[in-house]
Amino acid sequence: MNSNSYFCSTIGRKQLVGLTGLALCGFVLMHALTNMLILVSPDAYNKYSHALVTNPLIYFAEAILVLLFLGHIVIAIGLTVSSKGARPEKYHAGASGVKAGSVVAKNMWKQGIIIAIFLVYHLITFKFGTYYKTTIDGVEMRDLHRLVVEMFQLPLYSGFYVFVMVVLFFHLSHGLSSSIQTFGFHHPKHTPKIEKLGLAFAALVAVCFVSQPLYCFFIYKG
Amino acid sequence: MAGSSAQSINLKLKVWQQRGPKDKGQFLEYDAKNVSTEMSFLEMLDVMNEDLVKQGKEPIEFDHDCREGICGMCSLVINGSAHGKDQAITTCQLHMRRFKDGETVTIEPFRAKAFPVIKDLVVDRSAFDRIIQTGGFVSVSTGAAQDANNLPVGKEKSDRAFEAATCIGCGACVAACPNASASLFVSAKIAHLALLPQGEVEREQRAYGMVHKMDEEGFGSCTNIGACSASCPKEISLENIAIMNREFLRGSLTHRK
Ligand code: SF4
Ligand code: FES
Repeated sequence: MNSNSYFCSTIGRKQLVGLTGLALCGFVLMHALTNMLILVSPDAYNKYSHALVTNPLIYFAEAILVLLFLGHIVIAIGLTVSSKGARPEKYHAGASGVKAGSVVAKNMWKQGIIIAIFLVYHLITFKFGTYYKTTIDGVEMRDLHRLVVEMFQLPLYSGFYVFVMVVLFFHLSHGLSSSIQTFGFHHPKHTPKIEKLGLAFAALVAVCFVSQPLYCFFIYKG
Repeated sequence: MAGSSAQSINLKLKVWQQRGPKDKGQFLEYDAKNVSTEMSFLEMLDVMNEDLVKQGKEPIEFDHDCREGICGMCSLVINGSAHGKDQAITTCQLHMRRFKDGETVTIEPFRAKAFPVIKDLVVDRSAFDRIIQTGGFVSVSTGAAQDANNLPVGKEKSDRAFEAATCIGCGACVAACPNASASLFVSAKIAHLALLPQGEVEREQRAYGMVHKMDEEGFGSCTNIGACSASCPKEISLENIAIMNREFLRGSLTHRK
C-alpha cells in the first residue's frame, strides 16, 4: 500500500477506530437492552436468545461483529504502539491539573485491554458454556437463563463483571464523543451536548449490564 | 501553584542536562538562593547560568528570543507542565512569584522523538518547519494589494481564522500530549488557511500533504485527550483538530496522485 494512503495515515486509522467503535456502540446498546429481558421472566430471556441463535442471519451478523472487534482492536493497538514510540524518553515529573488532560482518554488502551480479555472470557462462559436444556411452549431450547443466574450468583464472578462494566462505562463515555470529533465534527454549542450524550449512553449501557448481577444476586430466588 | 508574596524565595532546581541527541542525560540539582519574585522564569535561569559560569562550569542551554510571549521560541516543561502550570502563557511570561519558598522545581525539555534534544533544554523543532513547507502557505502571486472589498470574509470566519492564526508554533502541544501528537499545531495552520478565501483554493492538497508529513516526522496520533489545548499559550481550540480531520478526509478523497 502506498505509504501516503488514507489507511496508513494516523487520521485515517483513527477514523476507522471511531467508525468501528461507533458500530460496536450500537451492538453493545442492543445487547444491554435485550439483556433486560432477564427482569421480565426466564422464559422471555430464553425465547429471545433462542430466536437469536436460530435466525439464519446470525452467522453473518457474528462474522461482522468479529471483524468490527478485530478491526477496532488491531488498528487501535497499532496507533497506541506508534504513539508510545513518539516519546521514547518519558517525563520524570508528571503534569497535574488541566494541563494533564483527561484521565479517561489517556487510558483508553488500558480499558480496551481489560474489555478484550473480558470479551474472550465472556464468550467462553456463556456462548461456549454449559448447555442446559429446557422446553418452552413445546420447543426444546437452551436454558441460558439458568447459566446466567448461576454465574451471577458467584460473588467473585459478579464482582469481576461489575468491575469490567465500570471500565466499559469509562471507555464508552470518551469513545462516543471522541469518535464524532475524529470524524471532523466540533461545534462550540453542540460538542458539549454530544459529550453529555456520550456520558448518558455509557451510563445507560453500564446500568443495564450491572443490573443483571445485582438482580441475580439480591432479588432472584430461583 | 500557591505563589508567594515574599520579595525573594529559595528554590531547589532539578534541571535536565544532556550533552547532545545521543547522550542519555541526567538531572543537575541546583540551589537557587534569594530569587527575586519579580523575575521571570527565564531571568531566574539567566542568574543560575551566570553563577555556573562564575564557578567555571558550563551553563545550561535553553531556548528563548522575544521574551514577551509572541515568538514561540521559549519552551521547557516545568514540574511536568509545558510552559509551567499556569494556562495561556509561555515560559517567558511566567514569573517567580508563582512559586513557593522552598519548592523543588523540575525543569525538562519538550520531549518527543520528533523533537530531538540538541543540548540540555534546547530541542530541535524544525519538524514543524518541514510540515509548514508541505502546505502551510498560500501560493498566490503577490502584486499590488487589491481592494479589500474584493474578497469578502464573514466576520465569524475571519475571527475563527484569526484565532487559529495566533498559534506561535512553540510546540507545547506536542510536549504536553501523552501521544506526542502535533495535531493541535498542524490543525491550527490547516484551519487558519482553509477558513479564508485565499487559502481555501489549496485546502485539499494542504491537508493531505501536511498530515502525511506530520506522520512521517514521527509524531504520535491524537486521542482527544485535550492536554494540548490546555497547555497551549494561545489557547488554540480542539475545534481546529476536528477541522483538520475533515479536511484530511476530503483531501484523501480528492487527491489525484
Ligand atoms: S498550537 Fe499552541 S501549543 Fe501548539 S505550537 Fe501552536 S501555540 Fe504552541
Ligand atoms: S521567548 Fe518568545 S514566546 Fe517566549
